[in-house]
Amino acid sequence: MWKFLVRRILLSIVILFFVSLIVYLIMRALPTSYVEGIARERASLPGGKSYTEWLQQLNQVYHLDGGVIEGFFGWLKDSFLKGEFGDSWKYNIPVVQKFKEVIWDSFTLGAISLILELVIAIPLGILAARKQYSRTDYTVSVFALIGISLPSFFFATLLKLGFSYKLGWFEPVGKVSRFYDQLTPVGQFFDVASHFVLPIMTLTIVSIGFLMRYTRTNMLEVLNSDYIRTARAKGLSENKVINKHAFRNTLIPIVTIVGGTLPGLFAGAMITEQLFSIPGIGFTAYQAMIIGDIPFSMFYLVFLATLTLIGTLISDILYAVVDPRVRVN
Amino acid sequence: MSDNNLPNNGIPEYEEQINCQEEEIFTDSCSNINEHISHSDSLDDEQRVKMISPAMLVAKRFVRNRLAIIGLVIILAMFIFSFVGGWLHPYPETKIFYKKEITSSQFASATINQNWYEEVKEGYQFTSINKAAFALALKDGKSVFTTTINGENILFAIKKISDDTQVLFGTERIGKVDIILGDYVFREESTFVFSSNFKNTILKAIDNNLNFIEFGGKEYFLDLSRRECIIYTGEEHVLLTKNIYDMYEQNVRADFSLKYAFETALSENEQFLTVNQKNYEIEYHDEIRTIYELSGSERVPFANITKLIITPASADIFLSIDYKNAVEEAMFNNLSSFMYTNENSETIEYLIERNDMEYVIRTDKMTDLIDTYASPSSDHLLGTDGSGMDLMVRLMYGGRVSLTIGFVVVLIEMLIGIIIGGLSGYFGGWVDTLLMRLVEIFNCIPTMPIYIILGAALDTMKLEPSVRIYLLMIILGIFGWPGIARVVRGQILSLREQEFMVANEATGLSVSRRIFRHLVPNVIPQLIVYATMSLGGIILTEATLSFLNLGVKYPYASWGNIVNSVNDSYVLQNYWFVWIPAGMLILITVLGFNFVGDGLRDAFDPKMKR
Repeated sequence: MWKFLVRRILLSIVILFFVSLIVYLIMRALPTSYVEGIARERASLPGGKSYTEWLQQLNQVYHLDGGVIEGFFGWLKDSFLKGEFGDSWKYNIPVVQKFKEVIWDSFTLGAISLILELVIAIPLGILAARKQYSRTDYTVSVFALIGISLPSFFFATLLKLGFSYKLGWFEPVGKVSRFYDQLTPVGQFFDVASHFVLPIMTLTIVSIGFLMRYTRTNMLEVLNSDYIRTARAKGLSENKVINKHAFRNTLIPIVTIVGGTLPGLFAGAMITEQLFSIPGIGFTAYQAMIIGDIPFSMFYLVFLATLTLIGTLISDILYAVVDPRVRVN
Repeated sequence: MSDNNLPNNGIPEYEEQINCQEEEIFTDSCSNINEHISHSDSLDDEQRVKMISPAMLVAKRFVRNRLAIIGLVIILAMFIFSFVGGWLHPYPETKIFYKKEITSSQFASATINQNWYEEVKEGYQFTSINKAAFALALKDGKSVFTTTINGENILFAIKKISDDTQVLFGTERIGKVDIILGDYVFREESTFVFSSNFKNTILKAIDNNLNFIEFGGKEYFLDLSRRECIIYTGEEHVLLTKNIYDMYEQNVRADFSLKYAFETALSENEQFLTVNQKNYEIEYHDEIRTIYELSGSERVPFANITKLIITPASADIFLSIDYKNAVEEAMFNNLSSFMYTNENSETIEYLIERNDMEYVIRTDKMTDLIDTYASPSSDHLLGTDGSGMDLMVRLMYGGRVSLTIGFVVVLIEMLIGIIIGGLSGYFGGWVDTLLMRLVEIFNCIPTMPIYIILGAALDTMKLEPSVRIYLLMIILGIFGWPGIARVVRGQILSLREQEFMVANEATGLSVSRRIFRHLVPNVIPQLIVYATMSLGGIILTEATLSFLNLGVKYPYASWGNIVNSVNDSYVLQNYWFVWIPAGMLILITVLGFNFVGDGLRDAFDPKMKR
């Protein structure tokens, strides 16, 4: 087990290295007018250095003066050995500081919608599998496929139109309302909560389809297996067959896949956050990326790649942990 | 996508039949087959005809799936809508529609002139600096002032013709009168000799406090002070007037001599005058003076002299003199509106509004406005968008773009995926390890952020919108292939170990033949399923990017960038027909592909659905 883990982690580091390299190459291929813009801005301040001096200094700080490979290793050294990801060009504060400010909103959104997803998708998936080819099954299948096919921006806009503009129940954008500062702590909590309702609805509906279908497929497979036939043959009640035998076995792949998505909770939901102007990591990163903020973009992209790798790793470990039949190595 | 082992679909018929009999997987269709099979041992034609090929089996299973058929119908409908519809529809993609609307628009404005306009006699110069010096002198009540023209100091004397007209004489000093204790002493300062008659005239002028006299047909100016009186004479250079000359003939100008004569006549209220051997008549009515040129018995209108400046509100309006007369008449009669019949004999009402020193003349005018956000009508089934383009047409062309992008991207992904997955699966060993690491690397790259970054970069490069579409396809293709490579590899890994591959090897087929004739066809079913499923995903990605305005750009339509108009929350709330149809089209198209993909998977892999 440990040997397996160490090997996987080492492999992940190698992969991460190459992902960073590719991402860095892409970022360096972009027009770098942003640095020049900052240099010009700072040069125009009174008593400062000249434009060329600023440009030179900025290029040096961000390793933009040398070759691409040299720059990459410079970035790698700063970020992973010293832990300095630099100052964000968009936000003018260290990238990591900005990241710490915004990550928890994204996490809250992601976590709540994941819980809702589990609560809704697993029972519905199991229900659909138990009544295969019934009307229920078709309804659930179509519902799941609609969820998969829904463009999140369209669904979010529909929700805004319905719940914000027509019914007036929730604010259409933002994390807090105008009078947030005057509210009591409890009031503040409910204020933020009411702003989170629509984004969470969007995230849940859009991502629920996959889990629902996955549950259904796995449940069907389990229900068709020999040990279920045996359980039925020995005269167990249907409830017992489903709850004790089938359900537990269905959980194996589900736990694996849900475990794999856990790191993704920190990734943020770029489109949804942006549509509702929730200042989470997705929104923040989006704003930074569209103006070519290299330090923030590099950090975010490498962070996402790391999350993916950790997700796969957790998935593999859980697979071995949950299912005693599986032996690693 | 799981890498299940499919039953061997591409394998010759007899094998399928054996599968059926032994494993009884395809219960429905196989029982049908079995009924028809004659149990003779010979493989004659009768027996062959009644067997169903694996492809037919798949098709049959697919057709039985209701959702898959619905999906197929949706996809076909979308293709017809986008490709045939766009071709049949009368409007092109980027046609902008206009509507006529009556607006009260400013037609002309009139002001009472307060500025001096100069008319310079031929051969002389007069600049705005000189004019400023003149205005200053006039304000100070001076009758003489000095100003510089072409580096030369010139002494100007002002001869007042009327309140609105002054003539400047370029003068020289010819002498002066010293006034000492009531005694007048004349001093000549040039060749001009003061005759006694002249002296008398001057003395009379000094007594009457005049500063201008005429003597012997020539003008003399007196600059009178307590002690002395300086005498100047000279020639007229410049006429300055506040009157405006509106000429009846467009290319005729009233020159200095004409204006001088007219202004003099006006100040004396004369009716007839002769200038340069031409006879003119002045007609006075209210503030408007009309000058007619008399030739024989004819009376041709020559010019209007007014104090009103009437300027059209825009360059495309020409104001005729008749019209100006009508305006002036209405204004001096204090009317708030008047009717005027223009040269096309249309009678239009004009309103006059006073706005401080300015009069604004307004009229109701038909203007062409871009027909934005028009509600659905028979002309525009879904109305028009914010640029005045027909939404139905935009949706059709948007469908073309979205579907084409989807298919091209899937083709690119398949091309890369099959090559990498195929090599990896067939050769195994270090090739496999290396290529699979590559797949893992690409799998780790967060695609959506990369698309956003690249989209923003393409923005700064200001590429042609059509080039952007191709680049978008390539970018989506390059980052989307790892899934396909995995499917192909998994499939080939399992196929490689099967008996027919061993047989292939034993018969000595070449490697390329083994791969392309025997392995690849067996991968196709899984590939089709995967490609259909990912088509929906690609269309969604493209729509999202276009929605963020980082994908397909105006003037090209795409379903995503049509929905983009909801960034204006007024459009979101009030013009549902702009964005809801586009969003619904995205939804049902992607749904269609997912239904078909699902149906195909079940049809190819009945084990899952048992």
